[in-house]
Amino acid sequence: MSDLSHPPSLTAAGEPAAPDPAVAAELPATAASRSEIIGRSPNQLAWLRLKRDRTARISALTLLAAAVVALGAPLLGWLTGIDPTDKFVDRLNDFGMPVGYAGGISPDHWLGLEPGSGRDILLQLVYGLRTSLFIAFASALLASFVGVAVGVVAGWARGWLDSVVNWLIDLTLAFPFLIFALAVIPILEDRFYSDREAPSPAFRVALIIATFGLFSWTYTARLVRGQVISLREREFVEAARAAGAGTGHILFRQLLPNIWAPILVTVSLNVPQFIAIEAALAFVNVGVTEPTPDLGRMIYNSIGYVASDPWYTLFPGLTIFLLVLAFNLFGDALRDSLDPRSTR
Amino acid sequence: MFRFVVRRLLVAGVTLAVISLVTFGLFFAVPSSPAKVMCGKNCTAEDIAQVEQRLGIDQPLPRQYADFVKGLAVGRTYGSGDFRQDCPAPCLGYSFRNNQPVTEIITQRAPVTFSIVLGGAVLWLTLGISLGMVSALRRGTVLDRAAIGITLAGASMQVYFFGLILLYLLVYATGLLPFPSYTPLTENPARWAVGLLLPWMTLGFLNSALYARLSRAQMLETLSEDFVRTARAKGMPARQVHVRHALRAAITPIVTIAGLDIGTSLGGTFITETIFGLQGLGKATVEAVQFLNLPVVMATVLLAAVFIVVANIVVDVLYAVIDPRVRLN
Repeated sequence: MSDLSHPPSLTAAGEPAAPDPAVAAELPATAASRSEIIGRSPNQLAWLRLKRDRTARISALTLLAAAVVALGAPLLGWLTGIDPTDKFVDRLNDFGMPVGYAGGISPDHWLGLEPGSGRDILLQLVYGLRTSLFIAFASALLASFVGVAVGVVAGWARGWLDSVVNWLIDLTLAFPFLIFALAVIPILEDRFYSDREAPSPAFRVALIIATFGLFSWTYTARLVRGQVISLREREFVEAARAAGAGTGHILFRQLLPNIWAPILVTVSLNVPQFIAIEAALAFVNVGVTEPTPDLGRMIYNSIGYVASDPWYTLFPGLTIFLLVLAFNLFGDALRDSLDPRSTR
Repeated sequence: MFRFVVRRLLVAGVTLAVISLVTFGLFFAVPSSPAKVMCGKNCTAEDIAQVEQRLGIDQPLPRQYADFVKGLAVGRTYGSGDFRQDCPAPCLGYSFRNNQPVTEIITQRAPVTFSIVLGGAVLWLTLGISLGMVSALRRGTVLDRAAIGITLAGASMQVYFFGLILLYLLVYATGLLPFPSYTPLTENPARWAVGLLLPWMTLGFLNSALYARLSRAQMLETLSEDFVRTARAKGMPARQVHVRHALRAAITPIVTIAGLDIGTSLGGTFITETIFGLQGLGKATVEAVQFLNLPVVMATVLLAAVFIVVANIVVDVLYAVIDPRVRLN
């Protein structure tokens, strides 16, 4: 992916979670001290492992805080009485720079003001967080939905359909995704909107999500396909079939519950990637359009002020960094807890 | 080996053909009037008609695509009479902003991107692999933990943020480096290197995080293998065991990822180029997209696909050369 920084690579996160004897020994003393055997499902074991992981706890709390802040953005606006688009031009000097220390930090404006426009940085940031998280989650859901559907079909049908899907995956992987997204979004927008009407922000957002989803299903599809191929010959599937279960029942009630773990890990590691790519697109003006606040566009706007007001770059940059870091750490922890055999 | 390469080349050719079809279809078939899009939003009906005729886009689509491919292979002629313009192979059309041949734009911009990527790659590979190796050999020490922490953070850091931090710290705050600029290598090697140091550091530091993580994991795996133990047991010096035996076996997956990364980056490091104002392929795409300059966009997207496909082939062949377990026949 071009020059974006890499999220930690996914190792094979496959294998349906199976109870492993090693875990029973590591479990907290509560169970062991009573020296009685407690039955635990693989999911309960994974949850226990996740709860004991300090990195997972900290990153989960960070993400929870980010979600609360993003959801509570209107509340913050109501409390401070500031709208993200409000311009406090009177707080800027003749050169358009915010008056005061550290980019105009004051009791009214906790993170200062944007140079030039005079908008409140905190409010822009909080609303930008909403944009980022919404696009990233929607894209990740779309990508895994398409990936699961394609993967199940390919793995179940095999034969020529499988070959076609494999070829499609290879083709998608050979596509220069970022450059293509960069090019296709404005061109499609031009197709659907004539000169007179301004494109609606919602259309742009939908376009971004669709492009992300369309190019990122390949990993999930490969994963699901492999799992379906290996699971379909197992006894429990045969038993279900012998009991008269239809294809739908076998796929959704027998196979999918066995592969949700790696899918969940993929989703959790896809989200930070999408946050980063969305900001990258916004950084070259192909992301969400004004006046919708966006973290990547804030950084782009700040380029011209790096020398005079570095704080303007710092706040949105730090926000994206922490968000992506927390997601990556959480995704890794989730993988470790769901698949204890994977080692790092 | 030869047959393998030929087969890979054939598959690559088909892949590229399909990608060019998709790109062509999307860019030229979807807009209501390609000429209007190409010409910009302030064009009159006359301009549009002129553009349409000159480009041959009054022809049916399959014919247009055939013309495009023909232009690439043997060249083509646009317009007629006074407006006649001969475009020699490989013809990618003309820019809609200044009528410059697209091939010329590419040959002007490519050296910038190549310089950025190759310099950056040298830095991120040496830095990443050596950090990962040291980390693996000193497993569990303070050094290893520090390396893990740094690489974890580095893998979540974004180019657009890190690049600006370096720009502020090294250029604006301390004046240690000049603002990045591009001087051709053949003109003045010293200025070439100094001007590109900042983008190299940006890409080098960030990408090395992934390589450090990867090579650490790979090294740990190979260090526990039997052949390493055998080498140690027969009294081979540690250094030789680590470099000649362990590293060589550990490096194969790294070569794969490095090859693909370099291939993808060559298509356009548009963020790095935007931050530092360097006129490379990525910046050309960003600018062309802003003005819906379709011939340039089309060419850069296709070129990016070519880099990815070629990188894939190179990696497959390199794999066979490095890893004796993979022999192609």
